[in-house]
Amino acid sequence: MTAVPALAVEDLSVEFRTRAGTVKVLERVGFQVDKGETIALVGESGSGKSVTAFAVMGILDPAGKVTSGRALFGGSDLLALSEAELAEQRGRELSMIFQNPRTALNPIRKVGQQIADVLVRHGGATPSNAPRGAIEMLKKVRIPDPERRAEAYPFELSGGMCQRIMIAIALACRPALLIADEPTTGLDVTTQAVIMDLIGELAREAGMATIFITHDLALAAEYCDRIVVMHAGHIVESAPGRTLFTEPRHPYSAKLLAATPGETASLDDLASIPGGLPDLRRFDLPPCRYSERCERRIDACSQPLVQRDIGEHHIVACWNPL
Amino acid sequence: MLPLLRHARYVLSENPITGLAFGLFALFLIAGIFGPALAPYNPLQSNSAMALKPPSTAHWFGTDQLGRDIFSRVLVATRLDLSIAFASVILAFLLGALSGVAAGYFGGWTDRVVGRLADTIMAFPLFVLAMGIVAALGNKVINIVIATAIINFPLYARVARAEANVRREAGFIEAARLSGNGEARVVLGHVLPNIMPIMMVQMSLTMGYAILNAAGLSFIGLGVRPPDAEWGIMVAEGANFIQSGEWWIALFPGAALMLAVFCFNLLGDGLRDIIDPRKRT
Amino acid sequence: MLKLLLSRLVTAIPSIIGVVIVTFMLTRLLPGDPAAYFAGLAASPQAIAEIRAKLGLDKSLPEQFVAYIGDLLTGNLGSSLSTGQPVATEIATRLPASAELTLVALILAVGIAIPLGVLAAVKQGTWIDHLCRIVTTAGVSLPVFFTGLLFAYVFYYVLQIAPAPSGRLDVFLSPPSDITGFYLIDSLLTGNLETFWGALKQLALPAISMAIFSLAPLARMTRGSMLAVLGSDFIRTARASGLAPRTVVFAYAFRNAVLPVITTLGMVFSFLLGANVLVETVFAWPGIGLYAVNALITSDYAPVQGFVLTMAVLYVALNLLIDFVYGLVDPRVRLDS
Repeated sequence: MTAVPALAVEDLSVEFRTRAGTVKVLERVGFQVDKGETIALVGESGSGKSVTAFAVMGILDPAGKVTSGRALFGGSDLLALSEAELAEQRGRELSMIFQNPRTALNPIRKVGQQIADVLVRHGGATPSNAPRGAIEMLKKVRIPDPERRAEAYPFELSGGMCQRIMIAIALACRPALLIADEPTTGLDVTTQAVIMDLIGELAREAGMATIFITHDLALAAEYCDRIVVMHAGHIVESAPGRTLFTEPRHPYSAKLLAATPGETASLDDLASIPGGLPDLRRFDLPPCRYSERCERRIDACSQPLVQRDIGEHHIVACWNPL
Repeated sequence: MLPLLRHARYVLSENPITGLAFGLFALFLIAGIFGPALAPYNPLQSNSAMALKPPSTAHWFGTDQLGRDIFSRVLVATRLDLSIAFASVILAFLLGALSGVAAGYFGGWTDRVVGRLADTIMAFPLFVLAMGIVAALGNKVINIVIATAIINFPLYARVARAEANVRREAGFIEAARLSGNGEARVVLGHVLPNIMPIMMVQMSLTMGYAILNAAGLSFIGLGVRPPDAEWGIMVAEGANFIQSGEWWIALFPGAALMLAVFCFNLLGDGLRDIIDPRKRT
Repeated sequence: MLKLLLSRLVTAIPSIIGVVIVTFMLTRLLPGDPAAYFAGLAASPQAIAEIRAKLGLDKSLPEQFVAYIGDLLTGNLGSSLSTGQPVATEIATRLPASAELTLVALILAVGIAIPLGVLAAVKQGTWIDHLCRIVTTAGVSLPVFFTGLLFAYVFYYVLQIAPAPSGRLDVFLSPPSDITGFYLIDSLLTGNLETFWGALKQLALPAISMAIFSLAPLARMTRGSMLAVLGSDFIRTARASGLAPRTVVFAYAFRNAVLPVITTLGMVFSFLLGANVLVETVFAWPGIGLYAVNALITSDYAPVQGFVLTMAVLYVALNLLIDFVYGLVDPRVRLDS
């Protein structure tokens, strides 16, 4: 692990301008992904997981602004690149796939053509040989009858197939990093497993770093080497999956685990997390945004948080860890 | 009522142009109601000695080919133009809202018949249909009103139908039904009043179009006859003199027309923002 | 493709039936005696009785309707009182003039409105966005006959750069050979550049007046549609794939955004065909609109009826074309049916 990480996010802060005020969606977020490593970014809805990904990719909503931080990738800081330079990187060196695959694809363009578009743009293909490359990609993502399917439109395909198409588009130019934003939401359980297996296999084969964004801890544990837990725009803990499940150190991680089916015996044991995410528009937000709903709060918790190393790749940001 | 007024004031402060529209509307109302009393000259009074005079301090908008004061005529025409437009909008609303609500509420045959009727009207270019209707019914002002109402009918019917459909299963309608009200009573007494705000937005939005339509018809000689003062017919009379340079005869009634339509369009937009901010473009 | 065309044709049939019924009813709604109308204001009671018998107005209503359909199918739209000519012939002669005017106006309107709407959406908040807003708000308020007059005054009388609004061609030039009836096309086909320019100059003011009128709804719809599409999920995917901005805006966003614009064209055509009448009146353009207006003034009834019918059929055909084009662009419509 002494090699340069594939992606190193440092001190990332993002603000959103809304009618009701400025929302500090992300505050000093930092994590890294090594080459070939698969990590999960987990947290409740609204914790800022997707915003982190959008910020790194440079596709934030116009109302959002990166106020500090760096995203080191391939020797440059993604956040400092111009839009034109970023467009060169996206799709070629780093890619992203999204939830709701049907709406994430161009509804009036054949899926084969959509893959070909990326091949022509980044992969050095010409408009004449790109369609063949597209069919190769379709084979790679295990779509049966690829020659015929390439001529189909998204509305003619199932959700699982559309997600495979997205994966094909994202991996067509063999990127070094893939960000998958809740790729299995909206798919049935069997298809979920199939898609996750597919991504895992393709990632291993290419030595690609992967970031899975999910709210499903169980999924994260099964498919990822390391889990990064987010809460209200902060990173609160980061640990290998096994370690997080056996020795969670941040009170929020423990609560998340207790609320996850599969690790508990029955539904009755499932605990819900008290309180809700704090209103991020407030000026008086405490340094630890979990402290207001935390049972383990102590006086020290009003101090600014620091990420501390407490074991093998185990980092926690808490003044009173478990 | 009070929260509505407060919201109205908020919208007006956000959008000063809507305030301007309300102001203009007030001006037009005054001109429409008090026009004849406020006019400096008799709009029908010809004076051949003063024919074709450009704007001056005596005649602010100049005089036309018969020596009549154009300012007085434009002012007095406000009443006629606005009444025609207003009457056709009300008529279109009555016909459209009633049939639309019935179609949306009862469904089945009623829905099909109303739908067919609306589709048939929409199969024509609307102005052309209006021409045909006025030609068929006779060259009178009342027929302009009827023709304009007919061509606006499909729009009202469609909106009313959609709204009634949505409300059909609503709680308060169920309650009205269960308290023993006959169907007609439910429709007239409960559904119709509930969709009034949306209908009013539609009415102000189509006022502008109704004014344009009526003016267009009188421009080609239908409905209003000389020597009556109406903006469309005044532009038509002025058209003969454009080529010889007497621009004021057509310009002022045309400008009044534009201003009125503009005012009602803005008014409609503003009302829509007040009543239903979700529908903003 | 053929299936699409046929399915669209089928939906047009009820519209045509409705149009025929309404135009039939319009002639029977005449206050008083329809025969008196068709005979003219100056007709004697004897002439009226003759017309009544000749036009079959003494028969029962269903019989008249059948006769009406028969007439339509043989292309008989009656005769004009003032010229004595068959209405169908007169309309056929004048139709190219109206068609050329409307088509040129449409091309102008689309050519300005769509780029304007796209640019306004892509560059939100800039001067071009504000220009688009102004055009859309002001455009819907302008009475088309008034703008036409203003243009004639400013560009012909004051600035003297436009020719007199006196029809399709200046008196000193002769019309090109009649191939399509469109002066612009015919003069180019016969290599007659002088006539081409002459015709173009005469077309300019009336076409621009009509174009301004239809610009507003098109620009508004393009801008709105483009904005909605640019915020959609698949555009985010396209950007995340690093596709070139030009590809994203044109191949991805615009093609999707244009769909509601195509639908709006139906409404725009309704306006255009109505505006046609008014513009032809202002500019003395010898098309079917002016023909109908003159007939109205002289209470010559058959041409008006023929005009309404022709315009309606034209409109149904245009809507058919729009539906068909929509089906070509949107595969979801094509393949679902």
